[in-house]
Amino acid sequence: MMLKVRDLHAAYGRIPVLYGVTFSVAEGQFVGVLGHNGMGKTSLLRALMGFLPVAGGTVVLDQADITDWPAYRRSRAGIGYVPQGRDIFPNLSVLDNLRMGCAKVDGNDAPVIDSVLEDFPRLKRLLDRLGGALSGGEQQLLAIARCLCGKPDLLLLDEPTEGIQPSIIDEIIELLERLKQSRRLTVVLVEQNLDFIAALSDRILLIQKGRITREVSPGSLKDPDLVGEFVGVER
Amino acid sequence: MDLVLVLVIQVLFAMASLALISVGLAVIFGMMRVINLAHGEFLMLGGYSAIFATQHGINLWISMLVVAPVVVGAIGVLVERTLIRFLYGRMIDTMLATWGLSLFLIGLITGIFGNTTVGISAPLGGMAIGNYRTSIYSLVVIAITVVLLVAMYLVLRYTRLGLFARGTMQNPDMAAALGLSPPRVYAVTFGIGAALSGLAGALIAPISGVFPTIGIAYIAKAFITVIGGGAAILSGTVTASALFGAIQEVGTYFTTPVFGVVITLAAAIVLIRLLPQGITGRFLKRWL
Ligand SMILES: Nc1ncnc2c1ncn2[C@@H]1O[C@H](COP(=O)(O)OP(=O)(O)O)[C@@H](O)[C@H]1O
Ligand SMILES: [Mg+2]
Repeated sequence: MMLKVRDLHAAYGRIPVLYGVTFSVAEGQFVGVLGHNGMGKTSLLRALMGFLPVAGGTVVLDQADITDWPAYRRSRAGIGYVPQGRDIFPNLSVLDNLRMGCAKVDGNDAPVIDSVLEDFPRLKRLLDRLGGALSGGEQQLLAIARCLCGKPDLLLLDEPTEGIQPSIIDEIIELLERLKQSRRLTVVLVEQNLDFIAALSDRILLIQKGRITREVSPGSLKDPDLVGEFVGVER
Repeated sequence: MDLVLVLVIQVLFAMASLALISVGLAVIFGMMRVINLAHGEFLMLGGYSAIFATQHGINLWISMLVVAPVVVGAIGVLVERTLIRFLYGRMIDTMLATWGLSLFLIGLITGIFGNTTVGISAPLGGMAIGNYRTSIYSLVVIAITVVLLVAMYLVLRYTRLGLFARGTMQNPDMAAALGLSPPRVYAVTFGIGAALSGLAGALIAPISGVFPTIGIAYIAKAFITVIGGGAAILSGTVTASALFGAIQEVGTYFTTPVFGVVITLAAAIVLIRLLPQGITGRFLKRWL
């Protein structure tokens, strides 16, 4: 699925947060957006998902101009969203969280959940637990699994490594690698974890103060001097 | 012994009617945080729908159990689409709007049916328990209430629709990101809440009669039940109506019906003082 964002402006009330974001993602590409805290990564994904009103510019998904669509319609058009903080339904069981993920699937949701769980052995043992009782890492896996239940073509991932122990981060890298191949997903990942974004992305965009400032190759993130110059993120 | 049985029936009936008149309000408040000040008028419309339908030759039970909830449910969807949906998240505006709606509905019904009490006599007559008599209809109302609450539990707990309602209630944005339209869920929920109120209004019509301002008699009781019950729609309604229904009946038995209500309101104030989040804010937190 192809995404084209042109000159996107958005604001929280009167305070602007995106100042003309332009980029595109080709079908099947894994694009990382790297930036500090507060640079507008979450706001960008919220605008793409329809939660942050757009003040200017356009968002085009395949051929459709979705700039003014409500979130549920974007979701039904094939966008999957894994938000920062994960937004697991705390008082629903893990299984019911997954069933919520099947909301746009007609008919029986059990086979869909079974097939998704193939990739999430950890979750299989937790199906009866309440979503709110899981650890941060388990919630992150659940958020990704729940999203996949809706069979998205384009995945928007917001800082999946935030507050998660390193062992699960490696597991998530492997998982996303596998999903990228097996489900032919197009992905936009926003992150500030350099290793994570470098390990997964085909292309990396830098976001600074609500603008995409430049594009770098994943390989160049191995050079600490360049990294310091680009974003000032300490390794 | 017979006296005890009669009293038990009276207490159960008080609990059931409290649950009935509150559950529609609880659904609308619990799901959408909308304080519907026109709730009493939804009950009133249920009563009029049932009476109007029976007067036009429709079977009494069908009028009460089908016509009233369908008519008031449709009115609820209409109200949500034309009024409430513009006001979500703005509690004061919603209260003002529904208050205005309540006055409008009272005026409208007074214009159509006049400011008089219309009634239907309670069906099924009475039944002797030893030296005492009790109305069979009140037993039926108790039974219908139990069936209704169990059915609501089963729908919320075991159906996809119920799951979507619970999920949307917990996090509407995430539900939308997963492809559900919260406005549609809200319209359906508001309609169901209104339908439940219509059913309740119809079921109590044979006992109390119906007049345009009858809602005022119920709205305070319904609100203390919902606030006393707290966030969980069903267990909140059940526990609060059981508590307040019992207090009211016991109070009435030892004093007078008016004092029974006064004692209930006083008990509600104490309860909300002790448990500001209601019973289910403290206990049974995970329940529906
Ligand atoms: N709900 C909000 N209301 C007002 N300002 C906000 C809100 N959320 C984020 N911001 C501001 O917008 C800017 C970008 O935030 P965000 O998109 O969360 O950045 P990032 O995800 O890159 O850390 C920050 O300056 C932040 O303070
Ligand atoms: Mg963020």
